[in-house]
Amino acid sequence: MIEASGLTKRYGAKVAVDDLNFTVRPGVVTGFLGPNGSGKSTTMRMVMGLDAPNAGSSSINGQRFHDLDWPLREVGALLEARAIHPGRSARNHLLMLAQTNRIPASRVEQVLDQVGLDGVAGQRAGKFSLGMSQRLGIAAALLGDPGVLLFDEPVNGLDPDGIRWVRNLLRGLAQEGRTVFVSSHLMSEMALTADDVIVIGRGRLIVQAPIAELTASTAGGYVTVRSPQAAALGAALERAGAAVTTEPDGALSVRGMRPAAIGDVAAARGITLHELAPHEASLEEAFMELTEDSLDFHGDSLFTTTNDGGPR
Amino acid sequence: MSTAVEARRQFAPPVPDGRYSLADLVRSEWTKLRSLRSTRWSSVLVVVLGVGIGILATAESRANWQHVTHAGFDPTQTSLIGILGVQLVIGVLGVLVVTGEYGTGTIRATFSAAPRRPLVLVAKTAVFLGAAVVLSEAVAFASFFIGQALLTAPAVHATLSTPGALRAVVGSGLYVCAIGLLGLGLGVIVRHTAGAIGAFVGVLLIFPIIVAAMPQSIINAVRRYEPLQMGHTMITVSAVGSAAKHVIKTFGPHVHHEIVKVGGGPATFSPWVGFGILCGYAVAVLAIGTVLLVRRDA
Repeated sequence: MIEASGLTKRYGAKVAVDDLNFTVRPGVVTGFLGPNGSGKSTTMRMVMGLDAPNAGSSSINGQRFHDLDWPLREVGALLEARAIHPGRSARNHLLMLAQTNRIPASRVEQVLDQVGLDGVAGQRAGKFSLGMSQRLGIAAALLGDPGVLLFDEPVNGLDPDGIRWVRNLLRGLAQEGRTVFVSSHLMSEMALTADDVIVIGRGRLIVQAPIAELTASTAGGYVTVRSPQAAALGAALERAGAAVTTEPDGALSVRGMRPAAIGDVAAARGITLHELAPHEASLEEAFMELTEDSLDFHGDSLFTTTNDGGPR
Repeated sequence: MSTAVEARRQFAPPVPDGRYSLADLVRSEWTKLRSLRSTRWSSVLVVVLGVGIGILATAESRANWQHVTHAGFDPTQTSLIGILGVQLVIGVLGVLVVTGEYGTGTIRATFSAAPRRPLVLVAKTAVFLGAAVVLSEAVAFASFFIGQALLTAPAVHATLSTPGALRAVVGSGLYVCAIGLLGLGLGVIVRHTAGAIGAFVGVLLIFPIIVAAMPQSIINAVRRYEPLQMGHTMITVSAVGSAAKHVIKTFGPHVHHEIVKVGGGPATFSPWVGFGILCGYAVAVLAIGTVLLVRRDA
């Protein structure tokens, strides 16, 4: 469990993280979404005790990070892939971290095996590709077999195989009952990996909700319909129960009716269709809609879980 | 949700009693130090430079023995002169022990594993100091014995029982270690390799050059506070004895234990007083570094 309460970080006049409240629960993957520069990494660094917040606090399993008896055994983090001395071997990098928390050297071999670096463990990390560095960073996070894991953009630099591997790893860790908090600016990736999402923009919490709820409550699916007889079609569709709006270019946006049903209505009245294009509500659309709100300073979002109503 | 709660209950890895300790961090820091090639190269450089310069200096003195006067010849100092080169390598190594971690981002992995930063610095300092003591004392003793062996008759040579010689040999190694701590402390304050090495070289080498351009009164007042001067006094044996009377005459008897005048130059502190002041510099720099370490974001 990770909890943040009123977490705030300022760099001079710029507010990087602004009164952030959220809870990351165990047993699920929680995605941490926001545009680049929205404060995701800063938030994670504050949770890991690397940056001191100007206000507010965060906790790991109810304890301040600094008070943990065995930090690596409670929380593992991948914050930067390249945070490795290029002259040190992967094995020695992990060994020196393991020793800080009295983790046996045999565990180093286990995690090297788990991330698929056992064959190159003796090589200097400076020769690693970005993908291998990511794997080494993930191995370091897993070292203490911790119940809480943070990953900052873990799929950066990975090939499709690697991305699938990370996705399965994260889901597997969550299924084991761990708290898994993973940041990304890639909505599509989060849609496949995360159960819950926390969305921030300009350092402010926009929403924390299960992904299913988020996509369902966004403006959502609609169908773009073009027809030379748009007015007649629009009236017919409204009579059939759909919500129809006319776009400036003459196209109709139809909500509440599937494309097949729209085609049937048109056919029944002999109306010609030039276009019938369904739009599924994606996490990405939900995200864009939400962050646009925040960037325009419209304040609270469509959702019930807002900055003020967030868990404390 | 219920599956999540159930899963959380299942997940509870075993954890040892107590808390991560200084001993754990010392083990980790030793792994860090020994696992870098730069450490091994620096160690080789320290030995080659320290012992090598000593060999060159003593061999040269022996070879030209017939052609020069030997009034102030100090066989101990001649054999230990390489220490003044070694201090640069050890100091830079001290800088790198810290800035290498900042430059690569490893420091954030370290502090994520061990958030008590002063404790990490204590462990780092202890491991570095241990390695530096072993290395520099080995170089000092090797330089002394090889150097004295090269000073065959008719050249004069010293033994460890020569008054002041043991102090010079042991002290020169300790002097180098204090310089190394100064470098380490500057590394913690500056955090960037280039900047920290610049600061280190500035304090050690550039500052004396600036002082040398000043009026004699300022030189006389400031010179004895320079680390290089303290190192020079530490490795010097014979000149101290011959200058002692002059000191008493110049400064009066109440200061003759602390200040001696060497070869007509500006006054210097006696070897151990100078060493104590140098350690004070290192402690001060490390103390400032510790405060910044805790206050700054990693």
